[in-house]
Amino acid sequence: MPKELMDGNRAMAEAAVRAGCRYFFGYPITPQSEIPEYLSLRLPQVGGVYLQAESEVSAINMVYGAAGAGARVLTASSSPGISLMSEGISYIAAAELPCVIINVMRGGPGLGNIAPAQGDYNQAVRGIGHGDFNLIVLAPNSVQEMADYTILAFELADKYRNPVMILVDGLLGQMMEPVEFKEEPPKQFPKPWATTGAKDRPRNIINTLFIEPEELERLNLKLQEKYEQIKQEECRCENYLTEDAEIIVAAFGSCSRIAKAAVEEARELGIKAGLCRPITLWPFPEESVRKAAQKAKACLTAEMNAGQMVFDVRMALKDRIPVHHYGRMGGAVPTPGEILAQIKKIEVQING
Amino acid sequence: MDKVIASRTKGLTDVPFHYCPGCAHGIVHRLVAEVLEELEIMEKTIGVAPVGCSVFAYNYFNMDMQQAPHGRAPAVATGIKRVHPHSVVFTYQGDGDLAAIGTAEIVHAAARGENITVIFINNTTYGMTGGQSAPTTLLGQKTKTTPLGRDKEVNGYPIRVAEMLSTLEGAAYIARTAVFDPPHVNKTKKAITKAFNTQLKGLGFSMVEVLANCPTNWNMTPLDSLEWLKENMVPYYPLGEFKVSEEVDRNAS
Amino acid sequence: MHHEIIIAGFGGQGILFAGQLLTHAGMVEGKHVSWIPSYGPEMRGGTANCSVVISDRGISSPIVTEPTILMAFNGPSLEKFENRIKPEGFIFYNSSIIKRDPQNPKASSYGVPVNEMAEGLGNSKVANMVMLGALIEITKIVSPETLLLSLEKALGRRKKNMLSLNEEALKAGREYAVQRLK
Repeated sequence: MPKELMDGNRAMAEAAVRAGCRYFFGYPITPQSEIPEYLSLRLPQVGGVYLQAESEVSAINMVYGAAGAGARVLTASSSPGISLMSEGISYIAAAELPCVIINVMRGGPGLGNIAPAQGDYNQAVRGIGHGDFNLIVLAPNSVQEMADYTILAFELADKYRNPVMILVDGLLGQMMEPVEFKEEPPKQFPKPWATTGAKDRPRNIINTLFIEPEELERLNLKLQEKYEQIKQEECRCENYLTEDAEIIVAAFGSCSRIAKAAVEEARELGIKAGLCRPITLWPFPEESVRKAAQKAKACLTAEMNAGQMVFDVRMALKDRIPVHHYGRMGGAVPTPGEILAQIKKIEVQING
Repeated sequence: MDKVIASRTKGLTDVPFHYCPGCAHGIVHRLVAEVLEELEIMEKTIGVAPVGCSVFAYNYFNMDMQQAPHGRAPAVATGIKRVHPHSVVFTYQGDGDLAAIGTAEIVHAAARGENITVIFINNTTYGMTGGQSAPTTLLGQKTKTTPLGRDKEVNGYPIRVAEMLSTLEGAAYIARTAVFDPPHVNKTKKAITKAFNTQLKGLGFSMVEVLANCPTNWNMTPLDSLEWLKENMVPYYPLGEFKVSEEVDRNAS
Repeated sequence: MHHEIIIAGFGGQGILFAGQLLTHAGMVEGKHVSWIPSYGPEMRGGTANCSVVISDRGISSPIVTEPTILMAFNGPSLEKFENRIKPEGFIFYNSSIIKRDPQNPKASSYGVPVNEMAEGLGNSKVANMVMLGALIEITKIVSPETLLLSLEKALGRRKKNMLSLNEEALKAGREYAVQRLK
């Protein structure tokens, strides 16, 4: 396949189609609208269904129905819309249904603005809905990764029967880069549990109501066991220039691109900086973060939020070294220079 | 061998209903199950259970079932139907679920002409949570949250869902029936049959609103509750067919 | 080769399109490329802008804060970005409406009367192509042939009738650069 120049939103939409997704239910919200716009044309071409719901609440419940019926199904929204979906996402996780949810984050809280931000990290990795459950959260940082991880998201969703979130922001969504789509057919998984009509088999029930506490606890234990397995098998992280690094910059998504430039500039100045980029935000790649920080004397998380990833980094490093934070909020995007200034400051602190 | 003149429908499982004595849910469950069995569509039917007294419907209907979040059954049904357009998809919802928290979902499913069937139980109250007022509670009716009777100055007016949805182009069949005596039970079954036939013919959205009693939360004996239903609900919620698109009459009677 | 480019002007001047075209041509020539529309504080002030990176190496940050090249289509854009240019950078500005020289002595500045030239070709909308023509002639960032290929692809079948006009505009920009700017 020749490379195409595409924006991240459309690349994820096209990748979903190539992953065998034939159903999209969503509601317009900036800055993710390229996804539904693209799919409203593309899905009917391949015999699929694009449906604009009356709200995000309805959209996620259409996803719940379609996922229960055995389909590969996608929804996409942006921060406030994702909040509206949270009840449905909890049901989907409880019913162990596979689906992919794209959150193209924007500035918050409240109506906020449509500029890029990363303020939904905590929501995605630990607080998206009621009850004990986890999403698998993927954080690509290029248009190529947005395409690749969309396909991976559908495979992980089916493999673990778990909702998967792709957490990006408006910067990645609108950014254009070359992208190459792989020709290989997507992995498919049998779904004997789906509600397809009970012909020649016992009936299937998709349900999340368990009146008996012991019964509901059994579901919870089963979920926890599954999450443990995902933690063991699915952590992904990119470490860059970390082998001899004294200062580790931890960043994800769009901010990791900016942090990478800052790390490179620091190296040119002779500062031993390295970048640790969690790709799965849940499960958090603790082992890789520890490895990245083996020789580090300090860590800096660079995020477009108030420091939501700091907790996970500190947990991973068991507070062995100080974890600083530099963040911009409300849709403000840090420059490489701003992050470099923080690296320099920390360098002075650790090496005098 | 003895001749069998009546038997339990295969459309229901053997699980005993949890409903209160005298509650109409049991009757309407049976009617829906009988219709699905008689139309020989059980194997291709997927039902959607609501939140409310009938939340356990997935235990009773003997077919594939999904349980939906409160009010979202029409959206869940939409997702299923779009994936399996040749299957039969129905929701079974109460008045809190459908006419309050799920208003957007039911209106837009009907407006889209979503080819699903909705069985809507209107008993003027929130049964499962213990008898609070519903959007369908009649003016003056006492409930746990309208202890002095529903006051239009405070709570506004009860919603006539069947009439409201029948204004929508996408609705192909809309009827209101009641289950206070055997003739009306039979009429209800006919309406349910017509609704499923509407879906089988691919004509669009179909709904049967069934006026039902709630003796427990109305603080009445079952018999008194049926009488109350007839005397008080029927005048405000008139029975009949509100929307029968020409094609339904031609194809699906 | 590593260029970080900011293209800025009024909405409707074809700013984003010019950036995408340049990015696509860079990709066709095997470079690493990225394009982002205006973001954050850059969005304010009634200007549209985009950042383009074209490089021999992998692109870390697609965000451009100190461009090697600025293409300014109006006064506010020049004011906003002229002092951020990297040393030995380039400023291309729309001299049809910007009536002063850029104030950055470290950058090479080129004024191109793109509005008049586009109008001379019969359509003011191709001012962006005139500027692109001058840009590639001076900087050699991509070849004219590749840019034409990208243009053809971008216009597609639906706007194929616009191809020759755009092609003429590119050519006019290049010729102006050869005759007046070198």
